[in-house]
Amino acid sequence: MTSTLAAGGYAATTAADGGVLSYAWLMIALPLLGAAVLLLGGKRTNAWGHWLAIAAALSSFVWAVLSLGQLLGRAPEERSVTVHVYQWIKVGTFDIDLSLLIDPLSMTFALLITGVGSLIHIYSVGYMAHDENRRRFFAYLNLFVAAMLVLVLADNYAVLFLGWEGVGLASYLLIGFWQHKPAAAVAAKKAFLINRVGDIGLLVSIMLLFTTFGTVTFHPVFESVDGAGRGLMTAVGLLLLLGACGKSAQLPLQAWLLDAMEGPTPVSALIHAATMVTAGVYLIVRSGPIFEAAPTAQLVVTIVGAATLLAGAIIGCAKDDIKKALAGSTMSQIGYMTLAAGLGPIGYAAAIAHLVTHGFFKAGLFLGAGSVMHAMNDEVDMRRYGGLRTVMPVTFATFGVGYLAIIGVPFLSGWWTKEGIIQAAFDSGGLTGQILGWVTVLGAGLTAFYMSRIMFLTFFGTKRWAKDANPHESPAVMTVPMIILAIGSAALGAVLVVNYTLANFLAPVVGAPAHEFDLVHMLTSPYSLAALVLMIVGVAYAWVRYANDKVPVTAPKGNFITVAAREELYGNAINEGLFMRPGQQLTRATVAFDDHGVDGVVTGIARSVRAASENLRLTQTGFARSYALTMLFGAAVVVVTTLGVNLA
Amino acid sequence: MDPMNYIVLAAIVFTIGAVGVLVRRNAIIVFMCVELMLNACNLAFVAFARMHGGIEGQVIAFFVMVVAAAEVVVGLAIIMQIFRTRRSASIDDANLLKN
Amino acid sequence: MNIVPLQTTAAAIGGGETATFYILGSIVVLAALGVVFSRRAVYSALMMAVVMIGLAVFYGINEAPFLMVVQIVVYTGAVLMLFLFVLMLVGVSSSDSLVETIRGHRLLTAVIALCFLVPLVSGLSSIVAGEPVGLSAGVAAAGGSIPWLASEIIYRYVIAFEATGALLITAVLGALVLAHAVRTKKKRTQKQMSMDRIRSGHPTPLPGPGTYARHNAIDMPALLPDGSVSELSINPVLAARNPEDQHGVPEDMRYSIGAIPESGGRPDAQASNGDEQREDESSWTR
Repeated sequence: MTSTLAAGGYAATTAADGGVLSYAWLMIALPLLGAAVLLLGGKRTNAWGHWLAIAAALSSFVWAVLSLGQLLGRAPEERSVTVHVYQWIKVGTFDIDLSLLIDPLSMTFALLITGVGSLIHIYSVGYMAHDENRRRFFAYLNLFVAAMLVLVLADNYAVLFLGWEGVGLASYLLIGFWQHKPAAAVAAKKAFLINRVGDIGLLVSIMLLFTTFGTVTFHPVFESVDGAGRGLMTAVGLLLLLGACGKSAQLPLQAWLLDAMEGPTPVSALIHAATMVTAGVYLIVRSGPIFEAAPTAQLVVTIVGAATLLAGAIIGCAKDDIKKALAGSTMSQIGYMTLAAGLGPIGYAAAIAHLVTHGFFKAGLFLGAGSVMHAMNDEVDMRRYGGLRTVMPVTFATFGVGYLAIIGVPFLSGWWTKEGIIQAAFDSGGLTGQILGWVTVLGAGLTAFYMSRIMFLTFFGTKRWAKDANPHESPAVMTVPMIILAIGSAALGAVLVVNYTLANFLAPVVGAPAHEFDLVHMLTSPYSLAALVLMIVGVAYAWVRYANDKVPVTAPKGNFITVAAREELYGNAINEGLFMRPGQQLTRATVAFDDHGVDGVVTGIARSVRAASENLRLTQTGFARSYALTMLFGAAVVVVTTLGVNLA
Repeated sequence: MDPMNYIVLAAIVFTIGAVGVLVRRNAIIVFMCVELMLNACNLAFVAFARMHGGIEGQVIAFFVMVVAAAEVVVGLAIIMQIFRTRRSASIDDANLLKN
Repeated sequence: MNIVPLQTTAAAIGGGETATFYILGSIVVLAALGVVFSRRAVYSALMMAVVMIGLAVFYGINEAPFLMVVQIVVYTGAVLMLFLFVLMLVGVSSSDSLVETIRGHRLLTAVIALCFLVPLVSGLSSIVAGEPVGLSAGVAAAGGSIPWLASEIIYRYVIAFEATGALLITAVLGALVLAHAVRTKKKRTQKQMSMDRIRSGHPTPLPGPGTYARHNAIDMPALLPDGSVSELSINPVLAARNPEDQHGVPEDMRYSIGAIPESGGRPDAQASNGDEQREDESSWTR
């Protein structure tokens, strides 16, 4: 197994030598401090708490930018810097340092998280203005940013797992932020439980890595991957994939993401679109050498990605809830990334590029959706929207840019990065490559359809508003972040992809791009043209169906595919039938065993002791004279014994 | 006559006192029976002192008397207190610790 | 049996002492039985005095003159008087019911007591101590029985002696604390008492006891003009004490207000009839 990576940056990590990078932990510490102040400060911080949170997120972003600057000042092969914070666990040979790994990959993520995160913090000031628990919300957001940074900046799997669980916790807290709504509470629980399944996979894989290599730090593990057996690496890879599936809502652990939309919309934008759900992709890219040592696992990764890509798109086509439709889209887009990540070095850069641009345009779309909901009294049913483009011009414009970006209109962000994935899929060669490639092309068409459906139902057609709806444009504190994200959605792709800027930047970690950047090839390749055609077909079909006056306010029954898609392809039913019901049966049986078996023994013992005590109690009559009688009896025994001994 | 007869007498009186403690319910009489037992012991001590030609028996008897006096003072005060609160001097009634 | 041969240098026990032992011993044993088995606590106390005096005599015979005096003065004089005093406080009127309330207790007591006594006595009487050594030599050396005892107590057993002193002081304090009753209600003034009396429905003094040709005591009820017994004429405590005491009273004049209360009895046995008496006693004790 040849590893382009081991020869690249991984072998050459250098310790931070002062300057901004040495204090990279500040990126994590600042939002963590913000969360601590807000959570511990109580009501006192109500008035200014959200500004503190924004300051924490922004300063973290600034620090990330400064770190990037210093990183760029180094030679490409020296851009992998370890920052030792402190020794975390040391038990015998088990020695884990809380160290941060600053390299192009982690910095890309850190910038995305802090950048988009800061924008969403600002947006939330407006969105959550009327929520009495706004301070708590911001505290959780800061906590999330800190945990997510721990995840991506970790220099070993144990610290990564720390962040992994941290974002899981933040996600749980934020999905269930409106705990008073049973749906939100249940959704939070569901997300937490399904994530647990994935976490077990990650945990077991970490344990396997430790028992095999005696360390869980990235570089030593990756360097010694070649020495380990292929079967073991396949197992580790599949378990890592399980973890990634849980966190990134990939099949078969996808069920929680749509329900997670019960959380406030900024949460959906930040956690369930831009950052946290992409952690799975990060994990796969980061663990690249392991997957390269296990082609089977890689194949499974691409299959999972392709399946989720289509499943998410189909679900997105049928959902009337704007956020759930967008969530289906998120699943689908992450499917793209997972697929690309499964392709190996040729796909890593494409996956990361798409991840970054997706972070921008999907966050923008969600913020736009939030803006619409904000205007429509928290109505989420798109069939109740319509004709909003005149009422909410800024939202329409920013949402529109995001929309154009995601469906892959040429020269907008989404097109650059999606083309990269499509190209990578076909480049991977063989029948697999062809199948995967056509899946991605088909996905592009589906994306165009469902996104156009959202767009047309919301902003075009007739007004199908509820009677008391009084839509209005959102305040500047909300629109400005949307505008910035829209600019990113439009331009970022070009910045990242032209001349493979990002790919070259990431090269020390994920390997150099396979070939030179060729814009003409991108535009004229048959696959790209096919994707373009399918995209136009999708938009046109959506236009015919949804951009008119005939959209019913209540959803029509639809054919069986629509029904299946509305039911999220029966993912919940499968979970219920396969796990929940047997689980309940098992629980009941266990309870019965506990009640009758275990408790029977315990209470039986207790009962017999009690019965014995009851009988013994009778000797305690409460009459001092009875007790005195026993004393005399004792004295008599002593006398008789003495006499007997002396006689003997 | 053998001086052991005193000891036998002491044993008999002691036993009578013990029986009194066991059969009587009036706390004061029970107390008197305890005194009876103590006195029986004193007799034995005095007799032993004479038999062995030492004064220690008498010393112990003396101490027994003093301690018995102290005991009577406190014991009777307790009986008074119980009688005040429970309106009864029966030791069978003082069964708060039962159950 | 381990028989310790004792020195036989001292004076042998003479016939006079033997006779005294058997006579006085019988009296002591009988009196001790009386302590245990008399129904009334006062009789028990008196029997106790007999036992103690008898024992004092034995102490004297056994060359313990100091203890003899202490026995009479402290025990019989002080401790037993204390007993009698408390007896008066808690109700001298009451005589104990000798009915056993714990099932099988008496039988068990008898059996165990015999099991205790018979082996003890048989064992003791099989010992032959011989002539006692006697204290005369030591007494002569110390210059008297009491100086000897005193020197033993003061020099050899001084720590025990001091501890006993501490014990006595503690006992005095304890008795003070226990006997001290905090007044929970305000003391009734004379005015209040007179008001209560007027309101009680019987403002005049209660009628005195009856005076008859053969009986002139406070436990004899007076007769009302119609020949019936005046219940108010006699202290209920006196009446309740023992109806048998009224054996001299003509049958129709006998006074009774219910069954005899048993201060030593079970509470459920006397709940119905003891209340009146108790109120009276409380007025004595407080």
